[in-house]
Amino acid sequence: MNLKPFALASGMLALALSGNAHAQVEVQWWHSMTGGLNEWVNDLAKDFNASQKDYKVVPTFKGNYDEAMTAAMAAFRAGNAPHILQVFEVGTATMMAAKGAVKPVGEVMKQSGVSFDPKAYVPAVSAYYTAPSGEMMSFPFNSSTTIFYYNKDAFKAAGLDPNKAPTTWPEVTLAAAKLKANGSKCPYTTSWMSWVHLESFSLWHNTLFATQNNGFGGPSARLAFNSPLHLRHFENLSNMAKQGLFVYKGRASVAVPSFVSGECAMFTGSSGSYADVARGAKFAYGLAALPYYPDVAGAPQNTAIGGASLWVMSGKKPAEYKGVAEFFKYLSNPEVQSASHKRTGYLPITMAAYQLTEKSGFYKEKPGTDVAVTQMIRKTTDKSRGIRLGNFVQIRTILDEETEAIWSGKKEPKEALEAAMKRGNEQLERFEKASKASAL
Amino acid sequence: MVERRATLGILAHAVMILGMLIVAFPLYLAFVASTHTSQEIVQAPMPMLPGGHFWENYVAALTGHGGGAGSNAPVGRMMWVSLVTALVITFGKIAVSLLSAFALVYFRFPFRGAFFWAIFVTLMLPVEVRILPTYKVVSDLGMLNSYAGLTIPLIASATATFLFRQFFLTVPEELVEAARMDGAGPMRFFWDILLPLSKTSIAALFVIQFIYGWNQYLWPLLATTSEDMYPVVVGIKRMIAGGDSGNEWNIVMATAIMAMLPPAVVVIFMQRWFVKGLVDTEK
Amino acid sequence: MEKRVRFTSAWLPWVLLAPQVVIIGVFFFWPAAQAVLQSLQVQDSFGLSTEWAGLDNFKTLFSDSAYLESFKTTAIFSVLVAVLGIALSLMLAIFADRVIKGALLYKTMLIVPYAVAPAVAGVLWVFMFSPSIGVVAYGLARFFGFEWNHLLDSTHAMSLIVAAATWKQISYNFLFFLAGLQSIPKSLIEAAAIDGARPWRRFWSIQFPLLSPTTFFLLVINMVYAFFDTFAIIDATTSGGPGRDTVIMVYKVYQDGVKGGDIGSSAAQSVVLMLIVVSLTVLQFRYVEKKVNY
Repeated sequence: MNLKPFALASGMLALALSGNAHAQVEVQWWHSMTGGLNEWVNDLAKDFNASQKDYKVVPTFKGNYDEAMTAAMAAFRAGNAPHILQVFEVGTATMMAAKGAVKPVGEVMKQSGVSFDPKAYVPAVSAYYTAPSGEMMSFPFNSSTTIFYYNKDAFKAAGLDPNKAPTTWPEVTLAAAKLKANGSKCPYTTSWMSWVHLESFSLWHNTLFATQNNGFGGPSARLAFNSPLHLRHFENLSNMAKQGLFVYKGRASVAVPSFVSGECAMFTGSSGSYADVARGAKFAYGLAALPYYPDVAGAPQNTAIGGASLWVMSGKKPAEYKGVAEFFKYLSNPEVQSASHKRTGYLPITMAAYQLTEKSGFYKEKPGTDVAVTQMIRKTTDKSRGIRLGNFVQIRTILDEETEAIWSGKKEPKEALEAAMKRGNEQLERFEKASKASAL
Repeated sequence: MVERRATLGILAHAVMILGMLIVAFPLYLAFVASTHTSQEIVQAPMPMLPGGHFWENYVAALTGHGGGAGSNAPVGRMMWVSLVTALVITFGKIAVSLLSAFALVYFRFPFRGAFFWAIFVTLMLPVEVRILPTYKVVSDLGMLNSYAGLTIPLIASATATFLFRQFFLTVPEELVEAARMDGAGPMRFFWDILLPLSKTSIAALFVIQFIYGWNQYLWPLLATTSEDMYPVVVGIKRMIAGGDSGNEWNIVMATAIMAMLPPAVVVIFMQRWFVKGLVDTEK
Repeated sequence: MEKRVRFTSAWLPWVLLAPQVVIIGVFFFWPAAQAVLQSLQVQDSFGLSTEWAGLDNFKTLFSDSAYLESFKTTAIFSVLVAVLGIALSLMLAIFADRVIKGALLYKTMLIVPYAVAPAVAGVLWVFMFSPSIGVVAYGLARFFGFEWNHLLDSTHAMSLIVAAATWKQISYNFLFFLAGLQSIPKSLIEAAAIDGARPWRRFWSIQFPLLSPTTFFLLVINMVYAFFDTFAIIDATTSGGPGRDTVIMVYKVYQDGVKGGDIGSSAAQSVVLMLIVVSLTVLQFRYVEKKVNY
């Protein structure tokens, strides 16, 4: 009997089978991380790929958040969307409304049979990305929050205690006055006006920024920041500006160099700016919690998240979704989380990661790096889970525009806030209409 | 030039130097920034003289050790993609436009005016608005992540056709008549007479289109699916951390300066063509 | 156009035109038609649901005072950019044409800025003019006592975007003017000089008229540039601020479309923008081209 053909056939069969066993499922991940964070993303993917053979995560830089969104929209319409898309927090409502385009993370994990416990995540972080039903819509990836930075050397020179950061807004005003008296041209400035002074401010004081629990209740939400508290805060800021205690230094994060260069002594901004400060500041600096008004009941509650989360696009194969699920599980691993948190300054998204980091003594080595976390490890209330409003990018621009009128002296705070509300609500109406259309 | 007027000569140099200083100042800043540490740059104001970190910054930018070009060593790869893209776009546009402008100026045919305006109107719709449908077309044609997809959609513009049209209209009629009388057909006229006359316009366009193709950002970002088809500007953008995290401006500037070298070489090289060309031709 | 000697052929012009027409047909007109269609619809960002809106998008636009304000801002901006861009570069080109020593250096340094990647150019302008860390802002304060603050002062902001937008175009215009000047036969200029005409006179009676096709070309191109290609500079420098004082129409298209994901509105705005620029161009061809010497 000639065994050769048999041997050949079984050899080929074995080859074919082994080929399948090693056929890797590719998971496409589009992101907007640049610079050192770009390296971080690539390392995460590399380490995950090295830890198992079945899936290969391929990260691709797709421009900033706007450009990546545009790329994803174009790709989706053409039928070749990525599996995972990093979307910044203000795009959350838009993504949630795009029901046919996204697949909730909770569903992905469940369907793939990967263990997943929503309670393991830091409440204020995951709540933002969770639907009212309790289902996690997107995976928190790089989250930061609003904190307070101050120049310890400048404090000392002005006769203030460098180890005691102002905790309330009245204290900030007093400190600013002393700094100014000592010659400071810019006692206090801020970045991300809307995020710090309206959104985070509202959550921190357990006050509504918009109706319907800040939009979590549905697209009929409308802006609500013409409350006495908000008005009082902006009148304070306006007075500070008039006295030269608060100096406006631009939109978004343009103001960060003003603090790093030593020009401005106090600064509110993202916990993520820590990297810039650590690298560039030539003075002793301190980090502290966002100031609040002590007479408001419920303050301080928790602050608002910034940053981005990972959304899963629809229309992919189950094997690919399993890869996504495994990757998210890997990312939730406490060691991985802790390492990421230490490396980037972004918030750890699980309690276990926070505890691990604490145990490693990291927070003692670099004081202040736990401020952001402690602001968020609170149980959220209905009013403080976060902001879920549509067309939020436009609304933030409107808020930037209208508040600028206050600092340039063109409008009074009341007028500016009302104008901002009116224009912002037009955007929300438009979103509501578009949502009804897609719900049909 | 024609006469030696001392004052005019001095004035010319003075204007040139002043113009050069103002126009090239941002470039100078970029160069200075690329020779310092990133800490020195963010202290206001930035130093105005070059610092001592030239070599270490440029090496870091090339080998990718500084903030973020990181594991993406392919600066060389990106430069290659940019080069091919720029050249294809440049030659493509010039060739296509020469032919169209020739047709539009030297022939009479129905709907000629309509075609001119149709070509012209391609300048007038912002890219952002048509980028989604354009992407779909390119994707449907299977041209994503290819040099074809990166270049052909960008050859669609009218600037070159318009420029050549302007130029062709200045060519004296006697030349055409002479050619016809010699029995030369239109293509003969095109090759032997029109093209040589057009040298300086072609040279100018070459520079402009090369730089245009070289600096493409948004379209390659969308039309590619893997990072190894990224041109150089996307790589630069990838280094500039927006939002929260830190920038290493010195490395970013070093990369940007290096990215500008090929276009600068093109600019220098093409200048000979400006002086050659028509100056000696008797029209 | 005008009386010209032409070739006759039944098929050649079509063949010559074909490449360009095919490319713009597939890669411009087809997508553009869809963009125009989107201006009549209300869509969500992912194209999952589309509702017919007719002219609603347009109606909403014209009842928005912010939009109407941007008309004025755009007009001021475009005129300034086009006029300054052409005047300055023409002057530089004329003088560059005269100079022999150092010509290569001057010309290169004047053209190379065009090669700066737009992303990097935006950053450089911030390095120069940021009220906090900008060297120019610092210089102005230190040597002239002038407080530069484009974040809160609209005039400063407008000056900044005009300067930034014009800067890019100076190199571009300079290059084409230079090419145009170099193609004017020396013999003509020499003849005029021999006749006793002084440089200024020679410029106006010989060079400028012969340069007019180039000037017309640049006038149209600069206008198109100011209307369509400047949003990136604005995004990098003022982001449309303070308030909305530097929001030009194309920037609003970018804001609403790319940043806001509102496809219908940005498509509608683009249609309006396109109609305006087409009309302006038609006007230019009709009235200004008459003055061009071919």
